[in-house]
Amino acid sequence: MARLAPENVTLAREIIDRYPRPKSALIPLCHLAQEQDGHLTDDAMAHIAELVGVTPAEVLGTASFYEMFKMEPVGRYMVNICTNIACQLLGGEELLEHAEHKLGIKPGQTTPDGLFTIEDAECIAACTEAPCLQVNYRYFHRITHDEFDALVDELAAGGRDDIPDHGTLARVRQHIPPERKAGSVVPEDRAVPVWIAAAATEEADA
Amino acid sequence: MPEPEAPPADGVAVEINGREVIARKGELLIDAAERAGTYIPRFCYHERMRPVGMCRMCLVEVDTGRGPALQPSCMIECTPGMKVDTESEATKKAQDGVLEFLLINHPLDCPVCDKGGECPLQDQTMAYGPGESRFLEEKRHKEKPIPISDLVLLDRERCILCDRCTRFAKEVAGDPLIHFIHRGNNTEVNTFPDEPFASYFSGNTVQICPVGALTASTYRFKARPWDLETTESTCTQCSVGCRISIDSSRDEVQRFAGVDVDPVNWGWLCDKGRFSNGAVTSPDRLGEPLVRQGDALVPTRWADALERAASALRAATPQSIGVIGGARLTNEDAYAWAKLAKGVLGTDNVDAQLGDGLPAQAVLGLPRATIDQVCTPGGTVLYLGPDPKEELPVLFLRLRHAVVEDRATLVEVSPRSSGLSSLAAASLQPRPGEVGELVRALVANADSDKDVAGIAAADVNAARALIARSSGPLSVVLGRPSVAESADAVLDAAGAVVAARPDARFLPALRRSNVLGALDMGLAPGLLPGRVALDDGRDWFAGQWPTVPAGAGLDTEGILSAAADGRIDVLVLLGADPLADFPDHDLAERGLAGARTVIALDTLLNASSRKADIVLAAAGFAEKAGTTTNLEGRVSTLSQRVTPPGTARPDWMLAAELAARLGADLGFGDAGEVLAEIGRLAPSHLGVDLATVAAAADGLLLPLGTEPAPTGSGDAEHEGAEADAAAVRSDAADDTEAAQAEEAAATEAEGDATADDAEADPAVPATEPAPAAPALVSFAAGVPSPVPALDAYAFRLVATRKLYDQGTLVQASGHLAGLAPGTTARIHPSDADRLGVAAGDRVVVRSPRTSLTLPVHPDAGVPRGAVALVLNQAEVRVADLVDADASVTELRIETAS
Repeated sequence: MARLAPENVTLAREIIDRYPRPKSALIPLCHLAQEQDGHLTDDAMAHIAELVGVTPAEVLGTASFYEMFKMEPVGRYMVNICTNIACQLLGGEELLEHAEHKLGIKPGQTTPDGLFTIEDAECIAACTEAPCLQVNYRYFHRITHDEFDALVDELAAGGRDDIPDHGTLARVRQHIPPERKAGSVVPEDRAVPVWIAAAATEEADA
Repeated sequence: MPEPEAPPADGVAVEINGREVIARKGELLIDAAERAGTYIPRFCYHERMRPVGMCRMCLVEVDTGRGPALQPSCMIECTPGMKVDTESEATKKAQDGVLEFLLINHPLDCPVCDKGGECPLQDQTMAYGPGESRFLEEKRHKEKPIPISDLVLLDRERCILCDRCTRFAKEVAGDPLIHFIHRGNNTEVNTFPDEPFASYFSGNTVQICPVGALTASTYRFKARPWDLETTESTCTQCSVGCRISIDSSRDEVQRFAGVDVDPVNWGWLCDKGRFSNGAVTSPDRLGEPLVRQGDALVPTRWADALERAASALRAATPQSIGVIGGARLTNEDAYAWAKLAKGVLGTDNVDAQLGDGLPAQAVLGLPRATIDQVCTPGGTVLYLGPDPKEELPVLFLRLRHAVVEDRATLVEVSPRSSGLSSLAAASLQPRPGEVGELVRALVANADSDKDVAGIAAADVNAARALIARSSGPLSVVLGRPSVAESADAVLDAAGAVVAARPDARFLPALRRSNVLGALDMGLAPGLLPGRVALDDGRDWFAGQWPTVPAGAGLDTEGILSAAADGRIDVLVLLGADPLADFPDHDLAERGLAGARTVIALDTLLNASSRKADIVLAAAGFAEKAGTTTNLEGRVSTLSQRVTPPGTARPDWMLAAELAARLGADLGFGDAGEVLAEIGRLAPSHLGVDLATVAAAADGLLLPLGTEPAPTGSGDAEHEGAEADAAAVRSDAADDTEAAQAEEAAATEAEGDATADDAEADPAVPATEPAPAAPALVSFAAGVPSPVPALDAYAFRLVATRKLYDQGTLVQASGHLAGLAPGTTARIHPSDADRLGVAAGDRVVVRSPRTSLTLPVHPDAGVPRGAVALVLNQAEVRVADLVDADASVTELRIETAS
């Protein structure tokens, strides 16, 4: 559990290559590290700092701004239950309370078997489907207490194909081989686009 | 400093509180208002950093034609016709609101806070705040102070998130090791876990923190601001000469802080300078003279110590007296000792440098650049010195700013990568000893067709092109990048630049505090005070001094060799520690053992003065007034803030007392009189006295007339105009080939003018017609000593320094003592592979002298065929390896069994 594994370093270098400046790859690489370990480890952040040429403090500063990057270990399934206004009106808070009883933990905690973490989420933009929740950021709509229990049991029994482990953003990975790359240009080095140059000439002529 | 000045031609007229103010083009409103006398409160804005508009304290009502609206004055530039009201109801309400908001979570622990009494938050709350808070809830609580480095503590509850420290770390120091962590209400400044804010400049964040969130571990709970007495002085930890303030309480130095002077340090200090106050107050300070009794040094009376010293000197012939050191001294001390050694004792065996500098004639003879000239926007800097981050830290900050913000082009030539390498447009690491050849190729008119000094022709030509195509001025920072190669190589390089680019100016990167002042005062073989050669100045000084040495004497290496051969009867150490600092430790040891009598003047006992026969306790920094000269040749004041320990005295006074015992009167009764004599006699310092130095807020650049500097005496307006004209002349001359001729003419004219001054000076007997002042020394390129060819198994030594080492002052400074990093043998990774060693393996490094066993560390910043070691660190004494006679130090590496 630590620095990026060799195959992820290869991937990281490919990601860095997509940007004019290595630093721009910082957040994608944080996702990569979180996918590897389930959360962002200190070693991974230090490794990312080396790869993109910043200090570890800058990686931590950037990553800790975003709540979806977890600095501490979380469960294999991160359950975000919305209690914002629309969900609240339709039983979101009761759903959260039910979840606390079912899993025996409070929001922010992880079950002792390391499977579930629950969080009290702000609006997750599915108000028409309230009450809603996410498991590893995959949506479940208009969920009843029974449906919640069934979902938890199913995940505990071996998981569901449509929900990867915490940290995985998508199973389909973008892969741009070097020969298909559009080429990245540092903004300062970018030539003025033709249409701007043309407009400037027209203006000058007028 | 804001001075009344004529409105600039391209100024911008704005209206501030009903008054018309002419702002400079592009000037921020907050600056323009302050210049016009209207202070706008602020926390995040700092005039030496880019504005961020974080704290909102500087909100003022601005009307640019669309009606008044609140805008942060640190983020908007003045535009014509802008109407500003800093006292309106809306502004007042905004200030109330911002302060009430900032104080929601700020603890009211001012009575126990170090900042209390000098706190911008406290002061501005009093001046602009609402007086009471509507916030009744519990404040935020966090663990009280957490150390973010060995020297700086962070109290996160007090932080108002102004971004000053984090901006400083990133923008100014280039060490972004602290950062905002988390978000919103949970935001805090912190480091990465287990990676402390180990920046050489961390102390600046304490100084610029507008609250008590960052405090210095050296000063915590030591004093209250209202108990402090403050004097402005000049830091003497290195030769950059940063202006500082000395704060004392109960006659004890409590802390140093940076003072903003535009030509030098911009308010910044390095941690070594800032936290060296421990060396002043160290319990080990010498308070009385010591004399040797068998193996021990025992305290004695001054009369006894001085008499012993005088009788030793009386018995010795001039050729058998050597004087080493002087960089610790003030200019006045240095002059007094030059007068005693050269003018009374008649010896020229005097050297302020310890074999790790450059020949004095070269340093004083090369056309000198100021830091501002080196850092000219768009200029080109050829850096041929030691790592400035380690040896001249604030010069590093200035160079960094020039490269990062002002588009200066930096070409670094150094035997191993340094703190500058990542900033340099080209960073070349030639093989030790071959720098001259490389620099000749860099300033040549045509591309090189072969590799030079181990560097590929393409890289050499790329760097050559950078220098050749630059339109700005060319400056050379010249020092000894590695003391394991002889100074000849560097002089050869300087000679190559002078020959190819007569317009280039040089900044000497000699690190010891007042070494340039000591050289100016003649503490070098073959020189007399005022940057004149012994033979040129003989007639000038003959009438004023009892005697003048018959011929050029020995430098430090020569003195130590002579002492080792038993030819030195009295060796005087002026605050010098050759056993620690001379690059050839074996020679230093033999020299010290061979000298019949060793007299040391020092503030603390060091390795060398422990072996002395007589130790005279000297007053140190903050304990005596005087002047010091930085690497630009800028003379600035040193102030006395506290009394010296015991009966320690200034070094000039010891020189005068010794002279008196030798039957000579040096002719001065206080430091001011010494300076007056310097201003009367030293040709480069003509016209300088206490009043002129004190009047020059930014220090005095010598010789007078090389920069606009009011001279204080005579018709100030007329002289100012003259100085301006001289500055314009030298500016105009900078870029042209004719520079030298013009400047020579200027110097001549100046010589005439100063001679006239001397005639008018009542101190010079009017009966004698004053002779023309002798010409100042000029640079003559030396002949480099040949470097032996490198065989396939040999390595060459690169010996550099770190900011923190086993030096006496660092070790006496308490908090700094533990920061010396030690050394490993750093070699290029391919060499490591060739030898079959990995990081941490112990290897034997063998020179013709001796061998050392230490861990190896592969480092791509070291060229192939070189071993980089750090001088003066614990356990490993690198100076044991070096032979001062050799042009380079050849080494072999074996794996330790």
